[in-house]
Amino acid sequence: MTTLARSATSRPRSLRVPDWALPWASVVGVLVLFDLLPRIGVLPRDHFPPISEMLSTLVEQLGEASFWEAVGNTLQGWALGLAIAAALAIPIGIVIGSSRILYRAMRAVIEFLRPIPSVALIPLAILIYGTGLESKVFLAAFASFWQLLVATLYGVQDVDPVATDTARSFGFSRIQRLFRVTLPSAIPYIATGLRIASAVSLILTVTAELVIGSAGLGRSINVARSGGNEELMYALIITTGILGVLLNTIFVRAERRVLRWHPSQRPGEAAQ
Amino acid sequence: MLTVDHLGKTYGEGEDAVEAIGDLEFEVLEKEFVCIVGPSGCGKTTLLKCMSGLLTPTRGEVRLHDARIDGPPERMALVFQEYGRSLYPWMSVRQNVAFPLRRKRLAKEEASQLVEQAVEAVDLTGFLDRYPWELSGGMQQRVAIARALAYQPEILLMDEPFASVDAQTRADLEDLILEVRRQYGVTVVFVTHDIDESVYLGDRIVVLTPAPTTVQESLDVDLPTPRDQLETKELPEFARLRAHVYRSIKREQTSAEPERAPA
Amino acid sequence: MTRRQRLLATGLEVTVPLLLLVIWGLWSSGSSTYYFPPLTDILSTFADTWLFERVGSDVVPSLVRMGLGFGIAVVVAISAGLLLGLSPRARRAAAPIVEFLRAIPPPALLPFAILVIGVGNSMKVFIIAFVCIWPILLNTIDGVTGVDPTLRDTTRVYGVSKRDRLWRVMLPAASPQIFAGMRTSLSLALILMVISEMVASTNGIGYFVLQSQRTFAIPEMWSGILLLGILGYTLNGAFVLIERRVLRWHRGARASALS
Repeated sequence: MTTLARSATSRPRSLRVPDWALPWASVVGVLVLFDLLPRIGVLPRDHFPPISEMLSTLVEQLGEASFWEAVGNTLQGWALGLAIAAALAIPIGIVIGSSRILYRAMRAVIEFLRPIPSVALIPLAILIYGTGLESKVFLAAFASFWQLLVATLYGVQDVDPVATDTARSFGFSRIQRLFRVTLPSAIPYIATGLRIASAVSLILTVTAELVIGSAGLGRSINVARSGGNEELMYALIITTGILGVLLNTIFVRAERRVLRWHPSQRPGEAAQ
Repeated sequence: MLTVDHLGKTYGEGEDAVEAIGDLEFEVLEKEFVCIVGPSGCGKTTLLKCMSGLLTPTRGEVRLHDARIDGPPERMALVFQEYGRSLYPWMSVRQNVAFPLRRKRLAKEEASQLVEQAVEAVDLTGFLDRYPWELSGGMQQRVAIARALAYQPEILLMDEPFASVDAQTRADLEDLILEVRRQYGVTVVFVTHDIDESVYLGDRIVVLTPAPTTVQESLDVDLPTPRDQLETKELPEFARLRAHVYRSIKREQTSAEPERAPA
Repeated sequence: MTRRQRLLATGLEVTVPLLLLVIWGLWSSGSSTYYFPPLTDILSTFADTWLFERVGSDVVPSLVRMGLGFGIAVVVAISAGLLLGLSPRARRAAAPIVEFLRAIPPPALLPFAILVIGVGNSMKVFIIAFVCIWPILLNTIDGVTGVDPTLRDTTRVYGVSKRDRLWRVMLPAASPQIFAGMRTSLSLALILMVISEMVASTNGIGYFVLQSQRTFAIPEMWSGILLLGILGYTLNGAFVLIERRVLRWHRGARASALS
């Protein structure tokens, strides 16, 4: 039951921006603002080119091979890092999560290794793998691994004991219970873990490009800056933002799909 | 004191519109204990929300002392059914009861006294520094009642406050509310689906029809005070009233006619 | 778990990490790989470097930057989150901007920060703060919008003042979510501190680790990595302890609600 009982706003209805238009209005407002401010000198133009210039540079870049090469490199690093992390973390997580004893044995190790900032390993990566793709993938995979491992562990452990007990009473073997009860119930958690791991993988990929200098958007952004090409720098930053939004949207949609058919046993957030 | 004047409430628009309340009209006099009973789904909670200013009516109005209720009035307190979700879990009992008093800007001692008196009235003096989750359901509801009492309202609205506790606790709470009402002299509007409870507690009972809700009838309860769980319920008058209310509700439920003339 | 299993589990919990350490020590002591010096070397270098010679020159600046950036983020994000949480219209207006800004991978913003602010401390504090705002902001908004409707009704019925409603109801009610966001931001703060020091700094733990690699001071590099690991672990652990204390009421309430 709703509790809204707001009296009508005092603003005359004709001036009130309708709800659906609000997001558009604010975006347009921000764009206009940040286009004008550099032009009239409030923001220093060499540090803050007008947004229209940033965007037009971006559009130009869409026709450049170097741009797509950089995007491709970043995506390559992201994908490989995420895939390796998933290939390792999900099985390991399932195995450890299914055994109370194994979990207890490994818990301290996981809890200590998990908070290590993967960026701390950048120098090590440089030493071992140099400055190319392997370094990037190593770092991305290392960071995503822990996210996914913890998510899988949590998912496997959060199975409703009533469900497993029921399966056991029906004579299902351990393996059968794993595939028929535990895994399906853990899938939402794994889906969420994948979404977060994807974001982490992207971050580490761009980090490696920035710090180590592997080919990709991160490096291109830095090169643009040090070359004095601010519009290009901003255009590429916006590109990474768009990339981030796209990847995130894909995973959010997938996650929602998974949650929809799943008889959701997830403890909902908030509302309590 | 409180007037419900041709109150109507419709949710939604067009095809999906749900008319929860059709046309309600009744009055609550000062110091009365009015019980509102009705079948499930008869918009009792909607009524209470309109009466307390939490919802704006679609038609008609509610008036307190001849002033239209436009938002929660200062002299009114409300006790919800879900006590667990109405007390602030991060505050102790004392803090919960004292919280509404901040608005009144009382001297520290005065506020303290009000709090302690109210908590004593509901028999929870030893639990002032406990937290809601440390208390049983019945005790939590008592804290909610103490909070309402410390606020010193003129009129107390209660939305099926004892529906979520066990029968024995409910009996204790019923007696408690009668006692504090006597002590504090507050007017009470008590919504319930429990017919026995409405007869036991009320000076007057208002029976509602199912949605779209109107007043089925309003009857005075002529039982002696103070009420007693055993003695009062053994009286023939109690049984008669009880049966009457029951039939009244039942008749409305089985009847196909939606129109009822208020008694 | 049976009693025997429980004993086994506890035993393993203690011995497995120790065992792994011993194995690492043994494997590395016989190792001739340049990049993986003996564990004993690493530990002694650690003692030499971080206890307590370089604490003042590197650890303190790093922690100060991190602390400032995180602190600013907490204040800004909670305030903005409370306001946005209470206004559906403001949320709708801000949504596309927030969604975009938070999706930008933080390292991509470093060149921007360097360009606009320079390579000093303020740049690092800025980037840490900017990145740490988002998790806390979003969680605060979630926390506020998720407040139980009955609690909201109660607050309205008793005519609680706007100020009290914000600071004494909404903020505590949202605090479990806020703390979750803060925990994420804390690890982000550490990461950003390291990256910003690797890219544009002349002191700090991140700088030290990268510099050691460049000058092929391998045991020093490892000691720095070890320190960062310890730092990550300790900060997280300390935060969890604080969270547990502050949110004691929340755990109690949840436990009794579930039973």
